[in-house]
Amino acid sequence: MHGSVRNLVRWGLRHLGVILAVLWGAATIAFVALKLIPGDPVSILTGGENIVDEAERAVLIQQYGLDQPLAVQYAHYLGNALIGNFGRSYQYRQPVIDVILEAAVPTLQLASSAILLALCVAVANALATAGRRRVLRTVLSGFELALLSSPVYWIGIVLLALFSFQLHWFPVTGNDGVAALVLPVIALSLPLAALLGQVLRDGLEEALSQPFALTVRARGVSETALRIRHGLRHAALAVSTLTGTLLAGILSGSILTETVFGRSGIGQITLQAIKTRDMPLVLGLVMMSALVFAVINLLVDAVYLVIDPRLRRTTA
Amino acid sequence: MSGDERTLASPSRAGLSGNGQRHPWRAPGLLFPLAFVLLLAVAMCAPEWFTVLAPDTVDTDAILLPPGAGHWFGTDELGRDLFSRVIYGTSQSLTIGIGATTIACLGGISLGTAASLAPSLLRQLLVRLIDILLAFPELLLALLVIAVLGRGPVNTLLAVGLSNIAGYARLVRSQVLQVKLSGYVEHAVALGEHPWTIVIGHIVPNTIRPLMILATIGVGTSVLAASALSFLGLGVVPPAPEWGALLADGRNFLEIAPWLSLLPATVVAVSVISITLLGRRLQVLLAKGDTP
Repeated sequence: MHGSVRNLVRWGLRHLGVILAVLWGAATIAFVALKLIPGDPVSILTGGENIVDEAERAVLIQQYGLDQPLAVQYAHYLGNALIGNFGRSYQYRQPVIDVILEAAVPTLQLASSAILLALCVAVANALATAGRRRVLRTVLSGFELALLSSPVYWIGIVLLALFSFQLHWFPVTGNDGVAALVLPVIALSLPLAALLGQVLRDGLEEALSQPFALTVRARGVSETALRIRHGLRHAALAVSTLTGTLLAGILSGSILTETVFGRSGIGQITLQAIKTRDMPLVLGLVMMSALVFAVINLLVDAVYLVIDPRLRRTTA
Repeated sequence: MSGDERTLASPSRAGLSGNGQRHPWRAPGLLFPLAFVLLLAVAMCAPEWFTVLAPDTVDTDAILLPPGAGHWFGTDELGRDLFSRVIYGTSQSLTIGIGATTIACLGGISLGTAASLAPSLLRQLLVRLIDILLAFPELLLALLVIAVLGRGPVNTLLAVGLSNIAGYARLVRSQVLQVKLSGYVEHAVALGEHPWTIVIGHIVPNTIRPLMILATIGVGTSVLAASALSFLGLGVVPPAPEWGALLADGRNFLEIAPWLSLLPATVVAVSVISITLLGRRLQVLLAKGDTP
């Protein structure tokens, strides 16, 4: 008992270390990128065209320590970044952290609904077609490949052209209500579902070919019960290697989907920040994406410890 | 393709196992992608073979025409022929795709080799760097590069290429770590060959093969990434007939002229699917070479 608690603490500390390393790396890369831009640093930080009065200029120089040696600037910047202070966005005239948190709400709605839908579709697809129904399986695999290779925005545009402009079932743009969420969620979830479906099916087929599956079948358990109760657990492990790819898909997919459907959210402020060169906001977004990645990875690792008892033994 | 899948020990590799199958290059799913990629290659080098209309001739009498005999893909809001614009856009889109993949490969080979063979401290730093880069979605990295460099075709190429380096570096590193232990490297070390000769003459060539598969598929994903950047208004700047820019342009007319964005987007999708299929076929072929 005592040992297991110590192991848990050690596990937590190690992951905390990884999160800090990723954040530090992200902050450093962003700092280097910022320093690589030629020109007057104050005008870069303010997007070049934005008008900054002398007082604000002084605040900026002070905040980033622009009059100090590079090493001191870096330390300053890191210290501020680690406590979540990225300065003020020049476009929105608000602290960066507030802008990001506000935009995160619609994006989270979109992304979480899409993940949920993708999971349901992928699980149903894998359960139904793993190692059986060859025609359906072939058709769905082809469909998955097509979805994975087509641009997310293409799927969005097709859905828009068909359901909004031709059939008038859903609003064309905007954030209001559930109806406006339907098409973006479908557009974002389809490629995710395709990727998940492929991996889950492979994992399930692998699991069903193992000796334990034969044992379970020999006990007279029905094929469906075997797949749901035993197969899925193993197949879920196959997804673990994909966490990064899936997350990247969701984040970049959100940016594209939000653009296609004219929704506000993280994607929209990211684009605006880059177009207007609102550097404090860009840096904040980079750090946020790194943080989300690190935290989700941690959660996924934790979930796998719950799913697979074998991992508990080896990591302990 | 394979026999009864349930009888196979590992059905996930069903497509790769190779007894009594037809020759892989004669598989039915291959003809179409191969033909399409060849067409793309021709359109890239000689767009005038496909169309007599110039991509930038404004014709105010033929605004927003639907697809038809005179204009296969219809015309845009300035009366320009969309088919010509897509054809002439091929070279820009594919150049960006191929160029970006080349940068990603070269960067990946250097970074991946260094991250597996450099002195201990540097090696660990580079491994961490790869990990950190992998923590970012490629699109976000590309956007960051654009934020630093600005828009334009060359910067789009650089942005897509640089954002993909980490993925290639990871593959190269895992490959180098395997090759390092092989007999011929040991042999070369024992013969006293110069370390650089060993790296360039023995190790790098043996990591190329799996890289080739990734790079083939990578051209497709790079075309996709570049068109996404242009679609977001951060890649190639509009008057140029790049695919992403074309459909970003067409998006404004989705209600009255849906073909303006649907057709270029479909060309992108079919190109990427074809290139991906070719890459996968290459993978099957190379896997066959491994298991005679």
